[in-house]
Amino acid sequence: MAESQTEDSDRGLTQDTVLGSDQDSAEHQEMSGAEILIRALINEGVDVIFGYPGGAVLPIYDVIFKQKELRHILVRHEPGAIHAAEGYARSTGKVGVLLVTSGPGATNTVTGLADALMDSIPIVCLTGQVATHLIGNDAFQEADTVGITRPCTKHNYLVRDANDVGRVIHEAFYVARSGRPGPVVVDLPKDVQFSPGAYAPPKETTHRTYRPRVTGDSAKIEAAVEMIANAKQPVFYTGGGVINSGAQASKLLAELVQTTGYPITNTLMGLGAYPASDPQFLGMLGMHGTYEANLAMANCDVMVAIGARFDDRITGRLDAFSQGSKKIHIDIDPSSINKNVPVDIGIVGDVKNVLTDMLRIWKKKKSKPNQAALKRWWTQIDTWRKKDCLRYRVNDELTKPQYAIERLYEHIRDRDAYITTEVGQHQMWAAQYLKFEEPKRWMTSGGLGTMGYGLPAAIGAQIAHPESLVIDVAGEASILMNIQELSTIIQHRLPVKVFIINNHYMGMVRQWQELLHGGRYAESYTDALPDFVKLAESFGAVGLRALKPSDVDGVIEEMIDTPQAVIADIVVDPDENCFPMIPSGAAHYDMLLGLEDQGEVSDAGKMLV
Amino acid sequence: MDQPVDRTHTLSILVDNEAGVLARVIGLFSGRGYNIESLTVAEVDSEVRLSRITVVTTGTEMVIEQIKNQLGRLVPVHDVRDLTIEGQSVEHELALIRVEGPREMRVESLRLANFLHARLVDSTTHAFVFEMTGSTEEIDAFVELMRPLGLAEVSRTGVVAIGRRSDTNDAKT
Repeated sequence: MAESQTEDSDRGLTQDTVLGSDQDSAEHQEMSGAEILIRALINEGVDVIFGYPGGAVLPIYDVIFKQKELRHILVRHEPGAIHAAEGYARSTGKVGVLLVTSGPGATNTVTGLADALMDSIPIVCLTGQVATHLIGNDAFQEADTVGITRPCTKHNYLVRDANDVGRVIHEAFYVARSGRPGPVVVDLPKDVQFSPGAYAPPKETTHRTYRPRVTGDSAKIEAAVEMIANAKQPVFYTGGGVINSGAQASKLLAELVQTTGYPITNTLMGLGAYPASDPQFLGMLGMHGTYEANLAMANCDVMVAIGARFDDRITGRLDAFSQGSKKIHIDIDPSSINKNVPVDIGIVGDVKNVLTDMLRIWKKKKSKPNQAALKRWWTQIDTWRKKDCLRYRVNDELTKPQYAIERLYEHIRDRDAYITTEVGQHQMWAAQYLKFEEPKRWMTSGGLGTMGYGLPAAIGAQIAHPESLVIDVAGEASILMNIQELSTIIQHRLPVKVFIINNHYMGMVRQWQELLHGGRYAESYTDALPDFVKLAESFGAVGLRALKPSDVDGVIEEMIDTPQAVIADIVVDPDENCFPMIPSGAAHYDMLLGLEDQGEVSDAGKMLV
Repeated sequence: MDQPVDRTHTLSILVDNEAGVLARVIGLFSGRGYNIESLTVAEVDSEVRLSRITVVTTGTEMVIEQIKNQLGRLVPVHDVRDLTIEGQSVEHELALIRVEGPREMRVESLRLANFLHARLVDSTTHAFVFEMTGSTEEIDAFVELMRPLGLAEVSRTGVVAIGRRSDTNDAKT
């Protein structure tokens, strides 16, 4: 990006390049700030916004009331609005939009903004603000929204003039979806919503300074292709960046992986970028990744990281992370390269552009992998696979959570399904046992780990895909964090299915207490849980329950066949732990495999999360 | 592998002079745990509203690289230049230094100030205020000389810096 900025800074000296728009065009119209906002949203192709009204956004709601192009989905709490926008964005590749009021409306979106920033989800969050003359006076429902959201957004704006509303909205969409996507807040004071302003739709939106680099350096790509071709023990390690780059990127990735014959592993955020049923797929890597994926990472000689960011859940102990390998890193965000792990070749660019160039060079050079070495490498990987690290003990009395999710997969594998999750053990089991064949089917809170994400995200996915099967794989603790959104689901007649892995514990907390804190289960048991069947019924949804393994198939079938919203309460073994596991502070090769393998966690590891 | 060492770098950042831009830059340093040794900011082009921020920071090579990339990611940032590695640059600070004390000590301070090119900008019956521009080291040295002579207060701008030749096309600002 530095290079493109250098060449751009000259042009940046003239103000009229801001939006590339022709302000004198015949389409120039005078409207209220609120009308400009809605017009600009429609011009951006927005067809649905999630929101919750309040005093400081009433002029906008008045405009929404008077038009038919934009559908508004009323949520029950602002966190629901932003996670629904995230689910919508991730399942479509479009920008998710929400509208909330000032003060508490805005502050309630902060967790979701931080979530979208961590997971690179394009969001435009419109917040009401008190009138400009009241800003700074501690007015009713006033909060310093741009101040509070500055570190948890990609960018934010306070609009002080109705004439700026159109420009800022188009710029906000441009920033949210360009480069590494992220959330953008636009704070709109109430007087700006009322006042008249000029608006002309831009012909194209660019930005005077923000122009991320999307094409990779060709010399580096050439060097990377050579390194890949000469590898003896290679591995592709790919993340959410591939999915954000679009469907084309996933196709190119599959072509590259299949052309080389090399193994590939996906991060939690990257699941679905490569078909999980393909034999070259090693499963997810990281803290709860498969034995074969992590050992391939630890023992590889060339690692090709694509749209992934080497976070601590992937690397484990940094000084023991894949010491012997040369590393290639492709990412659109220059700050992701050399952040945690120094790499040998860092290529800044959009994944689909870089992969296109790589494949072209690969073919032009008629590159051929070292087949003998590759055969030895696969033989080694197959011995790791034989560990069958996702094996668990089946029990006839008590449903194992892994069994419930495996059965769920068998029932949905041939359907048009979208999966969201909450955060915890159930999330990791879902990532391990559900197999995704294509991108944008899997929505989970990866970076921030936000409990309560899954139910509203399922609303967003269901709104975007009304005919598809949308399932929130949940835990009984997480689901209670945004349970009020069941009311949204009923109001909009959304057939969302909630599949609760109910172990009565905050399972991941309990697992860590068992491993690190001598089994003292402080506050991780939930007493007084609601009866989820009656709870579903009280909202107007259908409640189902599976008490033992033999109930599970029937409940899943009934859940899928029911045309309306369903909560399926799957009562599971409360003591089950999620394995394999690389304890924090440990290296890849120090993986705990579960069953009989209960290792020790170092004191240094206990300090980490 | 060589043990990574901390080095001091002077970064020159050209930004849109818009509300909150300084908070974005400072917030990035505090939020990610980077050091700020000094920071100066002022508008350098009022027509297109551009400001230049000069930051002196310390870190390992990897951290400095991270800082530059993180700054480059901020939407209102036009350009980030590392003057420490981009060839020669001029790096100056301005300091105001007040010395109070008996006459003979103030006379001595005036003599040293003349010698070291510090300018007397204000005097009362019991105090002198000197203005000095120069490198951080020169100012440090002058302040140390004033210490036994009745040094009362020091106010410094922090480093402002400029490259000696244009490495990029933004020579105008």
